[in-house]
Formats: sequence, C-alpha cells, structure tokens
Amino acid sequence: MGKFLHAFFSPLDFLRAVPQVWDGFQTNIKLMVIAEALVLVFALTVAIVRGLPGRALSPLRAIAIVYTDIFRGTPLILVLFIVGLGVPALNITGISDRSLFVYGIVSLTLVYTAYVTEVYRAGIESVHPSQRMAARSLGLSYTQALRFVILPQAVRRVIPPLLNDFIGLQKDTALITVLGLTEAAAQAGFYSSDYFNYAGFTVAAVFFIILTIPLARFTDHLVKERELRERAQAV
Amino acid sequence: MTGANSHFVSLEAVTKRFGDLEVLHGIDLTVDLHQVVCLIGASGSGKSTLLRCINLLERVDAGTIVVDGQTITGTKVDVNKLRRKIGIVFQAYNLFPHMTVMENVTLGPIQALKLPKAEARDRARELLVLIGLEDKADEYPDRLSGGQQQRVAIARALAMNPSLMLLDEITSALDPQLIGEVLALVRTLADEGMTMIIATHEMSFAQEVADRVCFLDDGVILEDGPPRQIFSSPREARTREFLQRVIESGRL
Repeated sequence: MGKFLHAFFSPLDFLRAVPQVWDGFQTNIKLMVIAEALVLVFALTVAIVRGLPGRALSPLRAIAIVYTDIFRGTPLILVLFIVGLGVPALNITGISDRSLFVYGIVSLTLVYTAYVTEVYRAGIESVHPSQRMAARSLGLSYTQALRFVILPQAVRRVIPPLLNDFIGLQKDTALITVLGLTEAAAQAGFYSSDYFNYAGFTVAAVFFIILTIPLARFTDHLVKERELRERAQAV
Repeated sequence: MTGANSHFVSLEAVTKRFGDLEVLHGIDLTVDLHQVVCLIGASGSGKSTLLRCINLLERVDAGTIVVDGQTITGTKVDVNKLRRKIGIVFQAYNLFPHMTVMENVTLGPIQALKLPKAEARDRARELLVLIGLEDKADEYPDRLSGGQQQRVAIARALAMNPSLMLLDEITSALDPQLIGEVLALVRTLADEGMTMIIATHEMSFAQEVADRVCFLDDGVILEDGPPRQIFSSPREARTREFLQRVIESGRL
C-alpha cells in the first residue's frame, strides 16, 4: 500500500510535477478548444447535408455517409499515424510541412466530426415532422424552416450527448503524444523517467478530471434551465 | 374574372395517392370569396389530405387546383409565395415549443414576408387582443392550455394576412370545455368575411357557420349543399348513415 501511494501520490513528487505537467496541459487545452470549435461547425454541416431532400443531392448525401462510416470506424490512434506520420512523408508543399499540433487538430476533428454528426442527426430526426410542416405552411423556405424551427430544437436536445462526446475528445487529446507532441501525458512521462516516480501521471489525470467536471455540471444546468423556461410547472 | 375562374378556389378531378392507397379520387370543389365551406365525413375520408393539397403540403397526383386565379398544381409554382396567402391550422396546433407566443406569431411575417420587426410585433399584438391572449405574449406554448394554444396557432396563421384559411379539425384534440373558445374565434373570422375551408367533426358548428357543407366519403365528395339541406334532408344514403352515427354519438 505504501509503495502504491508513494508511486502515484507522493506529495513531494505531486507538487514537483504540477508545473511541468501544466506546461504540457496547456497544449491539450489548445487542442481541445480548437478541435471542438471545428467539430461543432463541421458536424452540423455534415448532418445537414445528410438530411438534404431530393434525388439531385444524393451524391452529396453519399459522400457524407461514407465519411461518417470511415471515421467513426477507424481508431483515432490510426488516424493520428496516417495524418501525423503519413502525410508529412508525402512531401506536398502546404500540406506536408505543417506542425504536429496541426496534424493533431486535423485528426481529432476528422474523427470527432463523424461522431458528433450522428448526434446532431439524431437531434434533427427527433423533431416531429409536423414542426417542419408548420414552418413550411407559413411560407418559410426549407432553409428558413431548418434554421429557425428545426435546428434550434434539435441542438437543444442534443447538448448533453454532444458534451459527452466533447469529454471524450478532451481525453483523447492525450493520444497525440504518440506523434511526439509535448503535451500533458508526454510531460508526465518525462517526469517519471527523470525522477522514477509516477505522480506525474496522476497529476495529468487530475487535470483532465478537473476540466471535465465543470463541463458536466454546465450540461446539467443548461438542461434544467430549459425545463424551467419552457415546460409547464403545474397543470 | 368570368366563367370557371370566378371561384376563389377551384379543384378539378384532384387525385392523391400514398403508395398504393388512393386517398382522394377525383375531387371537384369550388369555394367563392368570403365563403365558408365545411368538410364533414368519417376519419380517413380524406378531409385532411384535401386541405394539405390546397396549400401544397401534399402534391396532387392528378387534377388541377386553382387558387385566386393561379393554377397551383403546375410545375413552376413558387410554393413559399403561395403558402403565404393560405393559412393552415392543424389539429395538434404545431406551435414552435422553443419560441414564445410572440415569436411564434411573428416568425412568418418577419422571415417570409420580410416585415420590419416592430411592425410585425404591432400586428401580432393586435391579433393577440383578437384572440384574447394579449397577456400571454411572452409565455411559451407548453404553459398554455390546449384551447389557448390553438388560438395562438390561429393568430400565427392570421399574421400572414392570408386570403384563405384552412382549418384541419382544429378542435379534435381539445377538451369539450375548451372547444367553445376556439369556435367563437372561428365564428368571428367568418363574420369578418374570411374565406375558409374547414374540416370538422363539430356538426352543430358546421350547421351554424358554413355557407356550404361537403360530405366526403372514401375520397370523393358525395354530397355538396347548404347546411340546412345536408343536415335535414340529405340525398345520399351514405350521408344519412354518417349523420345517423353522429347523432347517436351525441355530437349533433
């Protein structure tokens, strides 16, 4: 027991590792914020494309389906190898000379956009068709009905599962260490090889947990607030 | 306007199929300006489908529909423009739950008619006074009673300043004590000369408010006449049967 506590929770090592791991963790934060912003926009776009009506647009829908199938099915670590190791080897100017940070963002965005697309799509499909019908009957166009009636309801409904995927994304930023990018997990590794103590990993874990808890509470808050505003309290 | 075009709405041999099921087989119907026509008939007789065909929420498979001199069943019809002239109110209200009453009523005018926001709100306030819900402008639909929601749905349709209103069994989802307030509103519209096609199960209301009553049976209009004639001396056996069932269920 003492051995275990010393290896992972030694107070001295814990405090000593904090600045070093924090140094790396800032990279994780940047990765997650940028990737999340991109995922929000791209996933919504792909979800909308998948729902477009008419035969003429079926090639676009097909592309969207193939994309989600591929990137939901491929492990992130393989996407990281392909993008982070394979692409630089191609020697294409403008694409092969980007930083590891950029390859990390691209990989995370590719994989998580595929997940979040499905979340958005479930939300869009959960809005009853009569809502679209009511909007169209007022003379709103397809796009206007989507923008003012369907999407606002869909997005509100999927905020909890969406934030759940974002928690996954935040944790997966640690995987980018396999490309050799110095982030929190990498710094924790450096610490452990310098001092023969694993408290650095514990510190990194604590950082990740601290970041997800507010997100979880924020989700709860959003859901509750909407309930209060829109639902009848006593009938 | 002369001849066949003098009717405000005219349907000729309108046919609608859902897959193998033919819901409307050759409907002929005309409605003049300021007329109120009630469609009666059993559930599944095609009343709702007929109304939805008139504002192109459903595409007809054959036949022609002319509204206000414009053939709407052709290929080059601007559906959004057409729907702005035709208000429809649904059985299940279909209000937008994420918007306040005011936002529900002003969405169409602001987005589809491009009315300035202030003007749309002023007009919406007038309509809320008309429906007796001026104090509910900032409430969300789920906090209103069914009757109140349906009145808001009527106001939402009226906000587009339509020249024709289609009412699709708008009291069928309401508790009996809430039906009166909605019908009173429809009566007001009829008195003001609104052209309306009303699918309804409320026979006494149809008798009172309609200029003409059409009995739909299995996708055709079997009988079409003034309410007094239809209700007191129906010509068709099927109409008599239907009305008999209605009387037995205590709805007339």
